[in-house]
Amino acid sequence: MSNPEIDLMAHLMRRAGFGATRDELEEGVAKGYEAVVEDLLYPTDPQNLPDDIIRRYHTEQAELRLADGAAAYWMYRMITTRCPLEDKLALFWHGLLATAYVKLNQARALLNQIDTFRRNGLGSFSNLLVEVSKDPAMIIWLDNHDNHKDAINENYGRELLELFSMGIGNYTEQDVKECARAFTGWTLGNAEYMAMRASRDSIWPYSRIAWHFEFRDEDHDDGEKTFLGETGRFNGEDVVAIIARQESTARFVSTRLFQFFAADEVDEDGEKIIEEMMQSYFDSGHVIRSVLRTLFNSEYFKSEKVRFARVKGPVELVVGAVRLAGSYRTPTQGIEQVARQALFMGQGLLQPPSVEGWHEGIEWVDSGALVERVNFVAQELANVQNPGVRRIIERLAAENGGVLSPEALVDNCLELLGPMVVSDETRAALVRYAGHEGDLLLTDHQPEDEAELRVGDLLRLATATREFQLA
Amino acid sequence: MPSNGKKRALVVLQLVGANDPLNTVVPYGDGLYYDNRPIVGVPADQVLPIDDKFGFNPNMGPIKSLWDQGKVAVINGIGYSNPNRSHFRSMDIWHTAEPDKIATEGWLGRAIRDLDPVGDNVLTGVNFGRGLPRSLGCRGVPVASVGNLETYGLFPDVEDDLKKQYALEAFAQMYGGSPRFDPVIESLGQTGRDALKGADILRTAPAQYSSTIEYGPSPIAQSMKNICQVMFADLGTQIFYASHGSFDTHGDELAVHGSLWQDVGAAVGDCYADLEEHGWQDDALIFVWTEFGRRIKDNGSGTDHGAAGLAFLIGGSVKGGMYGQYPSLKEAEQLDGDLRANNDYRSTYTTIVDRWMGLDAPSIVNGQFEQFDFIEK
Repeated sequence: MSNPEIDLMAHLMRRAGFGATRDELEEGVAKGYEAVVEDLLYPTDPQNLPDDIIRRYHTEQAELRLADGAAAYWMYRMITTRCPLEDKLALFWHGLLATAYVKLNQARALLNQIDTFRRNGLGSFSNLLVEVSKDPAMIIWLDNHDNHKDAINENYGRELLELFSMGIGNYTEQDVKECARAFTGWTLGNAEYMAMRASRDSIWPYSRIAWHFEFRDEDHDDGEKTFLGETGRFNGEDVVAIIARQESTARFVSTRLFQFFAADEVDEDGEKIIEEMMQSYFDSGHVIRSVLRTLFNSEYFKSEKVRFARVKGPVELVVGAVRLAGSYRTPTQGIEQVARQALFMGQGLLQPPSVEGWHEGIEWVDSGALVERVNFVAQELANVQNPGVRRIIERLAAENGGVLSPEALVDNCLELLGPMVVSDETRAALVRYAGHEGDLLLTDHQPEDEAELRVGDLLRLATATREFQLA
Repeated sequence: MPSNGKKRALVVLQLVGANDPLNTVVPYGDGLYYDNRPIVGVPADQVLPIDDKFGFNPNMGPIKSLWDQGKVAVINGIGYSNPNRSHFRSMDIWHTAEPDKIATEGWLGRAIRDLDPVGDNVLTGVNFGRGLPRSLGCRGVPVASVGNLETYGLFPDVEDDLKKQYALEAFAQMYGGSPRFDPVIESLGQTGRDALKGADILRTAPAQYSSTIEYGPSPIAQSMKNICQVMFADLGTQIFYASHGSFDTHGDELAVHGSLWQDVGAAVGDCYADLEEHGWQDDALIFVWTEFGRRIKDNGSGTDHGAAGLAFLIGGSVKGGMYGQYPSLKEAEQLDGDLRANNDYRSTYTTIVDRWMGLDAPSIVNGQFEQFDFIEK
């Protein structure tokens, strides 16, 4: 069964999306790697169901003003989207330009921000930063409505430089102040009232009113500023343009994209790819799509070296398992429970713990989170009623006339689940487990009979491995 | 120090959604209370009187009975300056002991780290419920989160005993074996072994437990029972966490709030009786908190978000009584229509951390705060 093209396509889809079924991988291989990369980079028609239908069936998503329903709404999009990179990248920006419900009490505003990430996430980075600077959720989150001509509030100006673009050490405290000055007057319509409403969080009446951006000329400091060595009467757009030109910005953005899409740790060869990504950043006029194309098409990205070199984040794990199992393809009661599962594992969508986003990599997995991860994935993939699992059973039944030795059962399941690469010890443990009941006969299997349940049992164990925790 | 060599236990019970202090410890002797609560007030003839001014909500019988025995400290007017009336934000403020900026480490997580700096015991802190409350979150500090103690652990969906045994054996083999060169794979192995170990130990607790107390069916009663089961099994757990709600009673408050306190009161009362039956009452401290109080004036059916809240400490080592000032209902002394806090919640934390747990409080609660006397030093 093993096929290097399938392995590579699976790697791409785990990184640029949320994984793929064997059927999808075979389609991808037939189309060709670079063509699939281009498809991913140009999302066109993500939703197979219109929003009004989805929200009619998912009643908790009717209003989208509360955190739970809004998280479930986004989770559902990730589970069903036909343009996975669009939402995977939105998840990346959500972790990098992290804004949380905790201070807003207005989930709709956050979903609007996520939509901004979808619309602009693959385009020019300076454009994305301008849009984010005008984003009402961000304005409230980092207090820019409190940033006045006669009394600056540095919060947004500082995080823009430190966490969103250049990284600490590449600017001075004076630059922070000048940056904040440039963003004075970037506020919300009726800001004072909205801020008071946000903090009081009274549900009655007229509380969660839609927010919109407003530029207040009279509260904008139009004076001369010296920012990162350049002098002028800069406004927010000018400051973003200066930021976007910096080498440190190119390095910061490329590195973070590398860590999210290629490997948690950057090694020496990784540094070289980051240099190439930076070059694409400048050549393209700061277009993220070009930076990602350079990464995905690099030999380094395709190499064995970065396969399974990332710990799956909780959302990635949950969405991946559900897509593989094929459950929830149509609107289904209980989708908000799926979103809550990721929260139990340590990643509540729309609820990053702070403006720094989540600590990723191995920090995702403590012992409590591991129990949640293993049990959730088992519930999806050991359930032989799920369409994706039925498809796996059909494929297994087609192997060797449906007679599988323990070794063949394990190897075929690992292949259909990933393909996954596991250590010899892991494989030996799985084979021993499968061997308790001897050869598996799927010759005339019936839905949910003993033979099928044995497949479910093995999928439960195979997805409980250390290796399955990695993307 | 513990009375008999046992490790002292702290049981934290979070009332999620903001419990209404005015309808919990009711100022029934104050006419302003009835002026402000024409609909959502507890009639004076129904309260369980503490004195001629204050009385417990009629649904808090078991708490009142512990109060009468001097085992209950009520912290009135608890909160922080510049109250935030968002549930999420205010809970975070309490969880992280940091009211001024967004922080990520939980105060109890830090306490667990100080209790067990090398992480010898994966069960020093145990949460009863799904998902880790931020109070317990601290990088590198293992905390078990137990949804259901009977089925806790890996593969709860496997019902057949033999199948489950095979699955757990396979899991142990997959997460054990020879050390791996890759640090991530190695760390995942250690985490998996910790999870397995924690679950194996925790699973023994219900089997060892026997008690005459019959807990009610509410989720909080089950959590309190699970807490006693783990405590009495002497697994070295020192911090237990449970929560109940939702106390966000914007509507139909009298009925909803009353029923919530029926459940919480019974669960706490049964838990205390269980502690007594097993000789743990002087070594366990129950701390009950909520993220803020509620608006003084009712809204015709319930109450909206307010400022100062109410906390309780319950246990055999507690010096019972009223602590903090009961905030005034006079309009001039209100804060935007809310009760004004007069003691920082971190004073209570400091008292718990210093006097009960014997740890260095300032590093855990983010600063120096005056202590209360609800625990004998």
